[in-house]
Amino acid sequence: MRLFKFKGGVKPDTHKDASVQEPIACLPLLPLYVVPLHQSVGDVPRPLVQVGQKVLKGERIGDADGNFSSAVHAPTSGVVKAVEPRLLPHPSGLPALCVVIEADGEDRWTERAGLDWRNASADDIQDFLRDAGVVGLGGAVFPSHIKLDPNRSGHTGTLILNGAECEPWMTCDDALMREKAEIILRGGAILRRVLGAGRMLIGIEDNKPQAVAAMRAAAAKLDADDEGNTEILAVPTLYPTGSAKQLIRVLTGVEVPYGRRSQDFGMQCFNVATALSVYHALERGEPLISRIVTVTGNVERPRNYEALIGTPIEALLSLAGVKAGTDRFIMGGPMMGFTLPAISAPVVKATNCVIAANPALFPPPPPELPCIRCGACAESCPQELQPMELYWFARARNPDKAREYHLFDCTECGCCAYVCPSSIPLIDYARFAKSEIWAREREKAASDAARERFEFRTLREERDKTEKAARLAAKIAAAHQEAATSAAAPAPDDPKQALIAAALARAQAQKQAAQPKNIDQLSPATEARIRDIETQRGKARELANAPDTPPEEKN
Amino acid sequence: MLTALLVMAGIALALGALLGFVSVRFRVEGNPLEEKINAILPQTQCGQCGYPGCRPYAQAIAKGEADINLCPPGGEEGIRKLADLLGREFKPLSAERGVEKPKQVAVIDEALCIGCTLCAQACPVDAIIGAAKQMHTVAETLCTGCELCVPPCPVDCIIMTPVAETVETWKWKFPAPPLPTRKPVAEEPV
Repeated sequence: MRLFKFKGGVKPDTHKDASVQEPIACLPLLPLYVVPLHQSVGDVPRPLVQVGQKVLKGERIGDADGNFSSAVHAPTSGVVKAVEPRLLPHPSGLPALCVVIEADGEDRWTERAGLDWRNASADDIQDFLRDAGVVGLGGAVFPSHIKLDPNRSGHTGTLILNGAECEPWMTCDDALMREKAEIILRGGAILRRVLGAGRMLIGIEDNKPQAVAAMRAAAAKLDADDEGNTEILAVPTLYPTGSAKQLIRVLTGVEVPYGRRSQDFGMQCFNVATALSVYHALERGEPLISRIVTVTGNVERPRNYEALIGTPIEALLSLAGVKAGTDRFIMGGPMMGFTLPAISAPVVKATNCVIAANPALFPPPPPELPCIRCGACAESCPQELQPMELYWFARARNPDKAREYHLFDCTECGCCAYVCPSSIPLIDYARFAKSEIWAREREKAASDAARERFEFRTLREERDKTEKAARLAAKIAAAHQEAATSAAAPAPDDPKQALIAAALARAQAQKQAAQPKNIDQLSPATEARIRDIETQRGKARELANAPDTPPEEKN
Repeated sequence: MLTALLVMAGIALALGALLGFVSVRFRVEGNPLEEKINAILPQTQCGQCGYPGCRPYAQAIAKGEADINLCPPGGEEGIRKLADLLGREFKPLSAERGVEKPKQVAVIDEALCIGCTLCAQACPVDAIIGAAKQMHTVAETLCTGCELCVPPCPVDCIIMTPVAETVETWKWKFPAPPLPTRKPVAEEPV
């Protein structure tokens, strides 16, 4: 089959051999696991467990918040020690809500039930995968069920499994393909059935001949009881072929343009490890609670480990044996990864690789020099952007202008910074501009919401005022009517006066209805006093009932 | 001579009629400049500018009655945007109106709250939930941090707390220190 090329790309030293000498190792059960709730792109899952609660392996501990989210599960059986903010493996070094589970050592599974996916509807399969926490394991951790949404796309003709793994040092997909090729292909077959894709293409970089051979052998074995039309293709080793857009370009020649998705072109791309977890979830009912992590760099025993999500990274590193001279640890590859804030942070679904770095392997970047406008970054950019323009606008703190130059097409692959002769951290500038734009959008959304609420409140206050006025008017009308029916006095024209008159009439009626009490068997002196008071009251009443009399004459 | 005068008068009449028609037919309701100014203002509705909300202040600016440097929550960036929009000179924030503060939200000490509803009545964006003699609470995501609920509280149970940075709101820092000769447009939060 004919392969295509993409523009740019770089060829850094791969350093992949060291970590694939040994098969994937399993970690012993640890006493404590810290499972962050926010592990995928999208909304943060809601915690489902309380402190002190017993959980079983694979039990859901975080429920997807809406559809654009993915569930989180307990990696082993034990007791929830805390639900609190803990340090995340994130460049910010900030804490976020985590479920801390103390293992009971039994590692007992919760009830596992797969899904009869052959007969289930697409919606049911999506919900099942969302609740099984299946997300893209290539590093972007995009919820997989969203990619399977039939409403979001038209017909998908081609399923692409991404086994390119272009990032240097990283070998987790390589090891997985060597050892679990058959399950990956079965997972691919499920995805293919769900999407209704006619063919499946699996792209693997040609620096992984064992993985290609293992996958081809498994495909030949499975071909008899499968739809066939599966091709395993060795693609040229060129960073970043493992990026979904670049792999699609290499395998099919289609360039997904700005603002469009590969679904629009009848294609969908999943990582090989994601295909494996789709199989585990649907066939065995096992949610995503572990992943393969490459531990390499300045360590005694570089290797791939199958680590439960929530395993402290330091546990992995102590198994691999960190050598002296290590000054920092990188999560992800050297091109796109970041320096871990601390190795006490747990393994998350995005942790594909941990590299122990020393100044010999990763020399500190030389000081940033002014841009000499050589254009090397633009030549290397696989997205065909102009990184120097993005850099200038980001540097001038004008992210909106950078956006006009398609900042959001930048995949942060790092090719531009790799080739820059002035050692400008171009990717950091792009990330800075992106996060500035996101922050402004958040602010804009918040202020729009505040304006809407303020305007609604003003409207409501106005409405309350008019309603109150209407109620008052109705009351006045009723008073008018009462006055008219009782015909005690001609109703005054002023509505307020009418109200007052009505109230006065009521008060007077009440007064007359009230009879004096305790007037039996009074002494003559008291009776005389009462008479005095009554005459005084009579005078007062007379005066009050003669409003025309001027006040001076009242006295 | 007369022909020329008649022609000119005819053209003037025709154009005048056209202008008259257009001014009636395409009449703009409200002031479009006011909308643009209001979009720049931070919508905290705090009244620190001396006007009862962001829109009245926007109206005053549009009419030329108010200066552009009266909004502390909008800060320097807001003043710069207003200056750009209106073609005026940038001015530092008016000191008598207050100082620019990091974003904060009101938090009610729920143990102290007596349920008097005064804060809920003062809130310009209806972000306080509670009923008479019931404990009140602030919907954090809706609170604009305007501080209008603080003075009415009879038991001083409302505390303004700065919003902490989370993994979701965290921003990548500017990669290099800014050049010494040039003042940055927006200060980086510490």
